[in-house]
Amino acid sequence: MTVKQLSVFVENKPGRLSDVTAVLFDAGINIRAITTADSRDFGILRLIVDDTDKAFVKLKQEGYVVRTTKVLAVVADDKPGGMAKMMKALYEANISVEYMYSAFLNPSEVTACLILRVDSNENASEALKEKGYKLLTEEELHSF
Amino acid sequence: MAEKIYWNKEIETMELDKMKELQSERLVRQVKHVWDNVPYYRKLMEEKGVTPEDIKGVEDLHKLPFISKADLREGYPYGLLAKPLSECVRIQSTSGTTGKRVVAFYTQNDVDLWEDCVARAITAAGGTKEDVCQVCYGYGLFTGGPGLHGGAHKVGCLTLPMSSGNTERQIQFMMDLKSTILCCTPSYAAYIGETLAEMGYKPEDNSLKAGIFGAEPWTEEMRQEIQKLLGIKAYDIYGLTETSGPGVAFECEEQTGMHINEDNFIAEIIDPDTGEVLPEGSKGELVFTSITKEAFPLLRYRTRDICVLSRKKCSCGRTLVKMTKPMGRSDDMLIIKGVNVFPSQIETVLLKDFNATPNYQIVVDRVGSVDTFEIKVELSEDMFSDTIKSVEALEKKLSADIVQILGIRAKISLVEPKSIPRSEGKAVRVIDRRKLV
Repeated sequence: MTVKQLSVFVENKPGRLSDVTAVLFDAGINIRAITTADSRDFGILRLIVDDTDKAFVKLKQEGYVVRTTKVLAVVADDKPGGMAKMMKALYEANISVEYMYSAFLNPSEVTACLILRVDSNENASEALKEKGYKLLTEEELHSF
Repeated sequence: MAEKIYWNKEIETMELDKMKELQSERLVRQVKHVWDNVPYYRKLMEEKGVTPEDIKGVEDLHKLPFISKADLREGYPYGLLAKPLSECVRIQSTSGTTGKRVVAFYTQNDVDLWEDCVARAITAAGGTKEDVCQVCYGYGLFTGGPGLHGGAHKVGCLTLPMSSGNTERQIQFMMDLKSTILCCTPSYAAYIGETLAEMGYKPEDNSLKAGIFGAEPWTEEMRQEIQKLLGIKAYDIYGLTETSGPGVAFECEEQTGMHINEDNFIAEIIDPDTGEVLPEGSKGELVFTSITKEAFPLLRYRTRDICVLSRKKCSCGRTLVKMTKPMGRSDDMLIIKGVNVFPSQIETVLLKDFNATPNYQIVVDRVGSVDTFEIKVELSEDMFSDTIKSVEALEKKLSADIVQILGIRAKISLVEPKSIPRSEGKAVRVIDRRKLV
């Protein structure tokens, strides 16, 4: 059970983030989760949006290099130890987390939603479900 | 004023008529030698309907076919060799396009004549057996180091075979052994000068009196700068591996162009588009015919360098024809950090690494006196994956492959699609911000 994430290549120069987000705004797309990864000369903007396919097409039309990647959206307890528990579950299942970030959406007051990029979506899904974690589907993501 | 000193006075001050006679005699012999021993060139002659009998002197030179770098590539490695390998004692080599190098062969006599040409250059720069000659051109396949080294030996200078790099050691030897003549690329000379200044040395603290600088384009401003930094007189030297190496032409004290060693090389200026020979004083492509080389004798070799020839009387007394500094190229070759770079070489690497030729741009600049070399590559979807490390790995691989093929490092910058400026729909391939002409 995965969700689609958009990754956009952006050069490190003034105005790039403003430009990318303006493209999404113009297309009426809502950002549900966002993070940047940066190196010396360039960055990668990672996004979960409410209409991935539309955003993909729009960004490409505007000349951006965009890729979609399948990631996991996991609901965690929003309390001390909530993160530690989840990481332990993944570690015990021998899953390597490449990166993660939190989403703006929340299924409830006492939970948080995390976006995870792991080395094996299948194994990670299984391990998390076994421990009782809820993985969100695309539809669920968009409904909150 | 002291009597002028020449390495070979008879040749260097020979009257034009006598020089033409000497050239004619050597040309006739050389054409026969090539016809008999280089089937590749013989075929070119046959295609043009020329036989050795048609070449009776320099006035018939224009009848011969041209030869170009493409021919050398096609003939690699032995296609243009005119002597048995048992007669050859050395090779030198230059980087060529698409990874194939040009290999030039030398008999002992070829090496001697080459070094003799360099000895003339060193003498013209005021060098004698009393001098300490520091050679910091690269040694090895590159002709710079071996050429100046051999010439310095001929003159009888105490020769310091430093090769390039390790500036601290260069300076230590320069100071401790009191070098009087510095031989390297002009940008390295400027770098040494700047380093000396940073270390607190004044120009009069070193024992240098002259520098012989070549293998890359440099301007009159750069000459003034180097002369001031090091407290020397800076002399230009010109050459190419295909004909021998440095010493094909050299500057004298007048510093208004380089005297071509016409007893070994006949120079012509042609229209690069039509191949037509242009009259003296015209700007065009320089073409050389080696009339003394035994192992690798090239007839009418197109250098692709654009310059002007002049027979105006020179105050140094030499009658050898003078060429200006190359003012550009009739192909797209760039000289970066003394290394010949063709955009096609970069395309080859991109094609190999990406199975496609993405849009790219070479940006060359000169910061201080050092060339900077950047290759911008527009990232495509196939090249992009979601993680920083994979994109960085791509940059690293590209960088390593560029070093492998060119021998120099380039800064690789992956940029967004369509960010490289287009001109009439095509990406501008080369931006050279160095003001070299």
